Amino acid sequence: MSEVAREVSGGAPGSDTGREPEPPTGGGGWSFRPDLRLIILLGVLVGLCLVGHFTRPDAFFTEGNLSTVLRLAAAIGVVSIGMTFVIITAGIDLSVGSIVALSSVWMTTVATQSYGPAVMVLCALLVGLGCGLVNGMLIAYGKVVPFIATLAMMASARGLAERISGRQTQVVRDTGFLDFFQATMFGIPVLVWMFAAVFAVGWVLLNRTTFGRRTFAVGGNAEAARLAGINVKRHIALVYGIAGLCCGIAAVMVVARASSGAASNGLLYELDAIAAVVIGGTLLSGGRGTLVGTLIGVLIFTVLGNVFTLNNLDTDIQNIAKGAIIVLAVLLQYRSSRGHQSQSSG
Amino acid sequence: MTRVPAHGRRSFLMAGGAVAAGVVLAGCTSNTEPEADNDAVAAGQGDNAEPGKEVTVGFSAPAADHGWMAAMTKNAQAQAEQFSDVTFEATEGSNDVNQQIAQVETLINQKVDVLVILPFDGKALTQVGRRAMDAGIPVVNVDRVFDTPLAYRTWIGGDNYRMGVNAGDYIAAELQRRNVGNPVIGEVAGIDSLPLTRERSNGFRDALQRHGLEVRHRVAAQFTPETGEQQTANLLQAASKLDALWNHDDDQGIGVVSAIENANRDEFFMVGGAGSRDMMDRIKAGNSVVEATVLYSPSMCSSAIALARLLGQAKGLGDLAEHEIPANVTTYSAVVTADNVDEYLDIAFDS
Repeated sequence: MSEVAREVSGGAPGSDTGREPEPPTGGGGWSFRPDLRLIILLGVLVGLCLVGHFTRPDAFFTEGNLSTVLRLAAAIGVVSIGMTFVIITAGIDLSVGSIVALSSVWMTTVATQSYGPAVMVLCALLVGLGCGLVNGMLIAYGKVVPFIATLAMMASARGLAERISGRQTQVVRDTGFLDFFQATMFGIPVLVWMFAAVFAVGWVLLNRTTFGRRTFAVGGNAEAARLAGINVKRHIALVYGIAGLCCGIAAVMVVARASSGAASNGLLYELDAIAAVVIGGTLLSGGRGTLVGTLIGVLIFTVLGNVFTLNNLDTDIQNIAKGAIIVLAVLLQYRSSRGHQSQSSG
Repeated sequence: MTRVPAHGRRSFLMAGGAVAAGVVLAGCTSNTEPEADNDAVAAGQGDNAEPGKEVTVGFSAPAADHGWMAAMTKNAQAQAEQFSDVTFEATEGSNDVNQQIAQVETLINQKVDVLVILPFDGKALTQVGRRAMDAGIPVVNVDRVFDTPLAYRTWIGGDNYRMGVNAGDYIAAELQRRNVGNPVIGEVAGIDSLPLTRERSNGFRDALQRHGLEVRHRVAAQFTPETGEQQTANLLQAASKLDALWNHDDDQGIGVVSAIENANRDEFFMVGGAGSRDMMDRIKAGNSVVEATVLYSPSMCSSAIALARLLGQAKGLGDLAEHEIPANVTTYSAVVTADNVDEYLDIAFDS
């Protein structure tokens, strides 16, 4: 509700950057009172890193390993950033993995590759954005519930990807594309720079713009947001568009990593992204969420996989640990946030 | 965000832009590439090559959802076209077990002469295989085996255990040739919950053990290039130095090689699995870490059609003393290296 009130009083859009810090309910970021939930989450991540360090002191804290972790986190991280926006509006997007697959296939067809790297990237972004907007239109204007609309997109985008690719792996022949996206800048992989850029833009958009406040308002109470003069339908459509665009960016990253596009790309991304967003402290019921939490959530899962591989442990143990960490993180945050909220409201 | 009076004009521009983008994008879906025309087909020898009795072969397989499976279906088709006396009745591939059962039943009702069935799930399709056999239609069961021999006349398939054994033996011999002491050996497996992955890994482990070697680093990917890249990137961090690497599957191998090139690593040699064109090209070119691949070739589906034709014509295999087609044919997982890659390029498949 505080969001809505501010939205109404905020007046002209764009005039209200650099306001006072958000209250704890208003999402992540630079709140002067550090968020206990985020600190706990950060503790889990640091703990995992320490486990990695003590089990493999020779291998974990090396430049190569850390940049590998960040590079592997980039694609699922960008998808999770889009997913955070969607979940804050009390929605869900099950189609992200399929959109990544479709974008990766579309940008690596023989025809697209013949136009060079710039067109390949543009193609992936447009396909992702287009799919996301279709999701958004169906949900906002077609009144299809997000679960069903994106479930439908999940099936048909994957199907279209299989159709276009003939279910074959499309190898990238364009060395310019690979040289650029597989390179490093100032010792850090280009993919990690892209991830950082998307995160920065997403953070500013969510926490420092009218668009971000409207996102929280729509998720907190759509009816109140409508009465406050927000075009809720258009806003929801745009949020799904953003999620789709993020999938397009992630597709570029996946293609750069695997040197190929395939309809099998992005398998189960929707579940990984939702898990990262939820352990990051974003409420599935909408209205509250932080991108910093999502970022830590993504890193927790990526570091987990890395530490397990460094110690040569089986994937089955890894899956058990993944499930345990989801439950642990959510329980810890739930307990702490209950104490937190009763304090602040009392 | 602001309400602009010229709302109509903006919508018009946006709609126009969307249509234009759509047209441009649609143009980008074309995927025609000059394909190498080397389908893996058997020629037929001696009397068996002569056209004989007309045979209608029914064919049912899962959806061609990855390169290897697509090659299986393509090979069956190509092999059937090779024979003037074969009429090929293929059904649309499906990963829905019930749908595949229904398709096989349709083929039984059409009274085809021989059935070639590559089941999505061998157990689930056993019953319908038996029904065909009971109706007097010989069944050639491809690769994923039925629960009981009563459900097929002949089984033809690959040998996952021997794939691992041959990969292990090759790696051990190469390491010995290079005089590598106490070598670090890595393994990139496929989906770990599948029996075939366990068989491959067991064979690999057993073979290495016989040479006093062991796998130091093992990861499991999901048969896709993306997961191959992801798992291998982590594996390369776990092993600062490798001497040999076996990757179970050439479909995911594109990602495995990408991760190796990304990490600028070339101190070891890599052996692939299955026999894709991409890997064979790399072996032939000799400019990457890929030095060999162990076959699990979709050419077995060409052979299955050839066997089905012979079954329909009541012929045996020329060189054997047996009058009948054998009940079991296990293909051999040969090791393809730079020395013999030219002989095997004809059965390479597009991953």
